[in-house]
Amino acid sequence: MRYLPLSDADRSQMLGVIGAGSVDELFRDVPEAARLKDGIQGLPNHASELAVERQLTALARKNLVAGEAPFFLGCGAYRHHVPASVDHIIQRGEFLTSYTPYQPEIAQGTLQVLFEFQTQVARLYGCEIANASMYDGSTACWEAIGMARRITRRSKAVLSSGLHPHYVNVARTMARFTGDVLDTALPELAAETDAGRLIASIDGDTSAVVVQYPDILGRIVDLSPIAEAAHAAGALLIAVVTEPVALGLVKSPGEMGADIVVGEGQSIGVGLQFGGPYVGLFACREKHVRQMPGRLAGETVDATGKRGFVLTLSTREQHIRREKATSNICTNSGLCALAFSVHTSLLGEKGLRRLAEINHARAVEVAERLSAIPGVSLVNDSFFNEFTLKLPVEARPAVRALADRGILGGVSLGRLYPGADSLQNGLVVAVTETVTDEGVDAFEAGLREVVR
Amino acid sequence: MTVNPSGWRPSSPVNEPGEQATVTGNRGLMLEEPLLFEIGDIETTGVDFEAGTASLETRLGGLERSRPIGLAGLSEPEAVRHYTRLSRQNYAIDLGLFPLGSCTMKHNPRLNEKVARLPGFADIHPLQPVDTVQGALELIDLVGHWLITLTGMHSVAMSPKAGAHGELCGLLAIRAALEARGDPRAVVLVPESAHGTNPATAAFAGYRVENIPANAAGRVDLDALKARLAPDVAAVMITNPNTCGLFEPDMTAISEAVHAAGALVYCDGANFNAIVGKVRPGDLGIDAMHINLHKTFSTPHGGGGPGSGPVVLSAALTPFAPLPFVEQQDGRFVLVEEETSGEHHGRSFGRMVAFHGQMGMFTRAAAYMMSHGADGLRQVAEDAVLNANYLLRSLDDVLDAPFGPSGPCMHEAIFSDRGFAEGFSTIDLAKALIDEGFHPMTMYFPLVVHGAMLVEPTETESKAALDQFILAMRSIAERAKAGDPGLKAAPIHAPRRRLDETLAARQPVLVYRDPEAAEAAE
Repeated sequence: MRYLPLSDADRSQMLGVIGAGSVDELFRDVPEAARLKDGIQGLPNHASELAVERQLTALARKNLVAGEAPFFLGCGAYRHHVPASVDHIIQRGEFLTSYTPYQPEIAQGTLQVLFEFQTQVARLYGCEIANASMYDGSTACWEAIGMARRITRRSKAVLSSGLHPHYVNVARTMARFTGDVLDTALPELAAETDAGRLIASIDGDTSAVVVQYPDILGRIVDLSPIAEAAHAAGALLIAVVTEPVALGLVKSPGEMGADIVVGEGQSIGVGLQFGGPYVGLFACREKHVRQMPGRLAGETVDATGKRGFVLTLSTREQHIRREKATSNICTNSGLCALAFSVHTSLLGEKGLRRLAEINHARAVEVAERLSAIPGVSLVNDSFFNEFTLKLPVEARPAVRALADRGILGGVSLGRLYPGADSLQNGLVVAVTETVTDEGVDAFEAGLREVVR
Repeated sequence: MTVNPSGWRPSSPVNEPGEQATVTGNRGLMLEEPLLFEIGDIETTGVDFEAGTASLETRLGGLERSRPIGLAGLSEPEAVRHYTRLSRQNYAIDLGLFPLGSCTMKHNPRLNEKVARLPGFADIHPLQPVDTVQGALELIDLVGHWLITLTGMHSVAMSPKAGAHGELCGLLAIRAALEARGDPRAVVLVPESAHGTNPATAAFAGYRVENIPANAAGRVDLDALKARLAPDVAAVMITNPNTCGLFEPDMTAISEAVHAAGALVYCDGANFNAIVGKVRPGDLGIDAMHINLHKTFSTPHGGGGPGSGPVVLSAALTPFAPLPFVEQQDGRFVLVEEETSGEHHGRSFGRMVAFHGQMGMFTRAAAYMMSHGADGLRQVAEDAVLNANYLLRSLDDVLDAPFGPSGPCMHEAIFSDRGFAEGFSTIDLAKALIDEGFHPMTMYFPLVVHGAMLVEPTETESKAALDQFILAMRSIAERAKAGDPGLKAAPIHAPRRRLDETLAARQPVLVYRDPEAAEAAE
């Protein structure tokens, strides 16, 4: 048992110090009837590193790896190239095996990284401040709705039909228990977003309008008129960004008047990982900081005047405020925040802009080629690196048929909106810098076949 | 803030007594590191791209960015050095004993990291057709099977992202079950010694929180609990072993009383490491319990996450489990998402998170569980408890151990600051431990013990490591009792001296401002 340093001699010596005859005496508070005399049944015993690696590698081989196929999936998780140094840094034991920085004198590494991360997120989103991360984009979105309720003391949130349906469903789950009212709608396969519906739905009970940017179909909507309408009614605008790379090219939500900007940070530094762990980004106005959920790193000085960093404003948090906390969140997504931050500082402004340009140019090219296939049309007028095609057939079986040919050809709206008849022919296609010319050729040829 | 002679803001205005000042502020291997924004700029990048795709017309809806973002960039060598230098200002399990009570800071095996990075797990998209991810679904099912078997429960919800998210999952399942029987109820009872997340979660789930007192032995006061049980009580949240490091000997009686009153039992499983392989929570009458894969099952804490908090459920709560989950149908694995929820899982309380949970943590936990096996996990609990009791009995003559006289502890030992000299408290001992090269224990928690010091060594510490820790603790405890003023200055050997947390909270500086912008604002 390679992870256990005690020898039998150690154990008996230690029992002697304790004054116990056996380890089982130490478990004397456990009711006799509940003690497992013969241990756990039905599980294998310990195994060598080689044996475990073999078994798990066999499981991993049963999956079709994104990097080994023409790959065009997005919808909240994007495949970008991550520089090798990012993974090296996050595997440094001092980052990987440290805890939440409760003892700041020996956690300045983590704390300074979080302070830098907060600064990067705030700047990227065009906001004044940001927190040290949430679990992921969907939970950050829900927390933002709760924060808007606390700030406005109103409880009706108007959700854009372009908000990721998983995010909508998370909000729906939580609203059922908190009493928030959610005004939702299904998206339409059209170039026009539902900005008009959002503005018309804002009233004196509205806490916030929630708009994804770019949205689930890839469309990019000007947030300024929605922000103006929300503010005129005393409501907040929450913008949700699932593809932060887009912000290298398009205006930030903060610039257009969003009060709270949240989103998924996965596409920078983190990788696909079948959906998690990811990293929720959360930014807002400084005046709302005391209603913000999650951890915050702040600058201060030590006893000799040296600059240093600490976790701060913890009177908002569960370990101090208990049932009055702004959120129950504790462990968040520190290591993924580090990955995001390292990748962002490697890119820098110049690299992020260049990465965004390449993504957009590739997406424009692929959109033109695919929409030239007979019967296939492009839904979007505007998009960044993701767009929606309307197929002449249902997209879900088409995606499966493409997978049978070894092509991972986008996300069918039928998967995301089961039962919504008007959306069944919609296929959302993401194109990043990782897409190859051969991959595009294969996808185009495959799609021609499956829509025939 | 003084600028040091080399011009960097992280200044070193005061050097240790008798120490020669350095021009850089560095002291040998103790390296100062400026902020990213002080060394990088927006023209530098550490990433090369393929030579340009011809710039086509853009389709951005007229929303092209016109202002700079302000993201500082670094070349690759600068970036690697920046983060490596920062990493050296962190304490970590890889460096030494990290006895944070209730946090289970055990060794993080590197095999876990290796398998999590296999492309078949790391490079697959959550929305790929399920036939292309059968191995991933099988892995989730496998981890679920281990958790169900180890806890003796009926089912498991794998999607919660961390412990507190798992608590929420459990309470929402409880609330959904009570509502389904037309009896929603309003109150959740939580012991005073509970983690802060427990009352925060109950409040988030829409319940009113009431405390249940502890008895003199540090356990739930069964009579007080029974007296409070009434038709308005939805659930009782118990941590077992509790946050004083003690097993609740009345657990079965508590569960019976709670069930008799029509309520349900939630167990905070943060301390499962003490009993894994020894006791199955399902045999104690528990209805829901989260498991911190980042505690008991060795996935790394990463400086504050990511965690993973699967929740095991009793048969009564299983129909209300959140979506999505993995099932086996006709020899293949399927993912039950929204679309099938109407058929056989119509009572699910819904989705808690986008996608399917913390896959990267599942692979790590799987590697750990398979490595230890059923026999090894039992040994984990035994060694964790042995190590904690060894610390308890090696220190209870110099430190007050409030529950020491009543018998053994489980996986963590608790001490108080009783007997310290006037004006000295737990924080002084903790900061002195830093100078001795250890991470301090959990301080001032739980609240039921004055100046609490909660020490959890875990099973991955050798006897030699424990003996060195004991030596340091005994020395510092004697100094605290004698009122050694030197303790007040500790730590003096860490990258920073005690930090001014009051200043940080009174004048929050949460993002870096460029000096020009900061000046303009003033």
